Amino acid sequence: MTDLTKLTIAEARDGLKNKDYTSLELTDAFIGNIEAANASLNAYVTVTADKARDMAKASDAKLAKGDGGALEGIPLGIKDLFATRDVHTQACSHILDGFKPQYESTVTSNLWADGAVMLGKLNMDEFAMGSSNETSYYGPVINPWRKQGSNQDLVPGGSSGGSATAVAARMCMGATATDTGGSIRQPAAFTGTVGIKPTYGRCSRWGVVAFASSLDQAGPIAHTVRDSAILLKSMASVDPKDTTSVDIEVPDYEAAIGKSVKGLKIGIPAEYRMDGMPGEIEDLWQKGIQWLKDAGAEIVDIAMPHTKYALPAYYIVAPAEASSNLARYDGVRYGLRVPGNDIAEMYENTRAAGFGEEVKRRVLIGTYVLSAGYYDAYYLKAQKVRTLIKRDFDLAWQNGVDAILTPATPSAAFGVADQELHSDPVKMYLNDIFTVTVNMAGLPGISVPAGLDKTGLPLGLQLIGKPFDESTLFQIGQVIEDAAGSFEPQKWWS
Amino acid sequence: MSVDTQTVKRVAHLARIKVSEDDATRMTGELNAILGFVEQLDEVDIDGVEPLTSVVEQTMKKRADGVTDGNKADDIVRNAPASEDNFFMVPKVVE
Repeated sequence: MTDLTKLTIAEARDGLKNKDYTSLELTDAFIGNIEAANASLNAYVTVTADKARDMAKASDAKLAKGDGGALEGIPLGIKDLFATRDVHTQACSHILDGFKPQYESTVTSNLWADGAVMLGKLNMDEFAMGSSNETSYYGPVINPWRKQGSNQDLVPGGSSGGSATAVAARMCMGATATDTGGSIRQPAAFTGTVGIKPTYGRCSRWGVVAFASSLDQAGPIAHTVRDSAILLKSMASVDPKDTTSVDIEVPDYEAAIGKSVKGLKIGIPAEYRMDGMPGEIEDLWQKGIQWLKDAGAEIVDIAMPHTKYALPAYYIVAPAEASSNLARYDGVRYGLRVPGNDIAEMYENTRAAGFGEEVKRRVLIGTYVLSAGYYDAYYLKAQKVRTLIKRDFDLAWQNGVDAILTPATPSAAFGVADQELHSDPVKMYLNDIFTVTVNMAGLPGISVPAGLDKTGLPLGLQLIGKPFDESTLFQIGQVIEDAAGSFEPQKWWS
Repeated sequence: MSVDTQTVKRVAHLARIKVSEDDATRMTGELNAILGFVEQLDEVDIDGVEPLTSVVEQTMKKRADGVTDGNKADDIVRNAPASEDNFFMVPKVVE
């Protein structure tokens, strides 16, 4: 029998419908892979095998009758940031110790309503703060990719590192993820997978543990552009429980796949050519430009003069919002409590023990920039710069640009516990230099695997689209995928 | 702008995070690295620019002022570290 874990979601959807195999068989195959790989890769923080089998059986009953939703019987992994009723939901933080919500996030509710099967909860950077999945309370996730001839452990990127590794190592068919500054697209690029952050307001944030509310968006990580389109269609919705959810009907994203890109105008912003960027990233970008040219797209140079200010502005806006969002973790209503002599000391002890170093750093930065006398100099200024960043994009759209092509990351995956990156927090932050602009402007962005570097590690290209024009990203993304092919890590784990 | 260890301790207290002397010293360096990085924004001409308040142009959605949920006290206290009769228990606040 063929290895069921090698199927795409699109293939499995057809196979389940044709009764070539059951959802239970498919689910068992993934549970087998998880059991074999998780000790090496640490992608899951909890595996819900019994629940998965129950859900798979329920799906099989529906499929047997010829019924079932768009994802009927498809086994998925869920990032630990999404509230799942009665199941471990801790944003991979110690401060949410033991937390099991009594409600379900809108995004996961949508997936279950469409018939998907939950395999478990995926590791991530604590509260989604990180670019290497090393800030998790549950330890780092290991990238299934290694450099040729090397056995060094590499990071899968972050914060959705568990999601990216689980997909790349075939421990689920697809995964939910979230992206505040690049947390879907950077790990997708580091693992040879496809990740899309949709437009702000496309997926409901209800039941997603909040990091920076004006930037956070949920989206999928999957093997192919088509699979990511299938997943996003189910995850996205108009939700009255989230006032920032936008009243626009969710289109059939899959319908965009296979459409010609002839005549589409693709913008190339010179400002994404950063000092010290490896030549391989530039070569990859040129390759992408050539592929789209060959497919009939028109390539135009565009100016995005405020690009370099997106990351510094982000490191004011995101920590500021995080410091207020994370004020709720006080040891009273849920999670960890560390006693003290009085209530103030209890708060201080709880938060000192419950938050990791990166989270503390960002809460302190956020508290400082919002504190009396500094608000105008930092937060207000950053929000003004944000207006200018958005204006750069608005001008491109006004000039008829349909999408923008950039590299996804300034490098391939790096080593776990990299000394240089850990000695200077700003160096780690630079990982998000190409992705963070998109969050600041609320736009959709997709990372598509486009090639391997000279050491054999995957690299991605990013496409940035107009608000709520995810369809065009899938359309162009498919052209890149067709030209670049797909990438599979060598299996070194058991 | 940069911060000294005294300021870090004051901010940590505002954020209700206990920090030791060593933590505060280490964090001072880290926070100054980040604050130094964001100083680049001083180069940008922001005269007459409105701060961005929403990335999507949409009028704030309003809902009818009705009760649509509730009677879930058990659910709400279920994850509390300490509760009694559906109240959250905390150390004594008022003498």
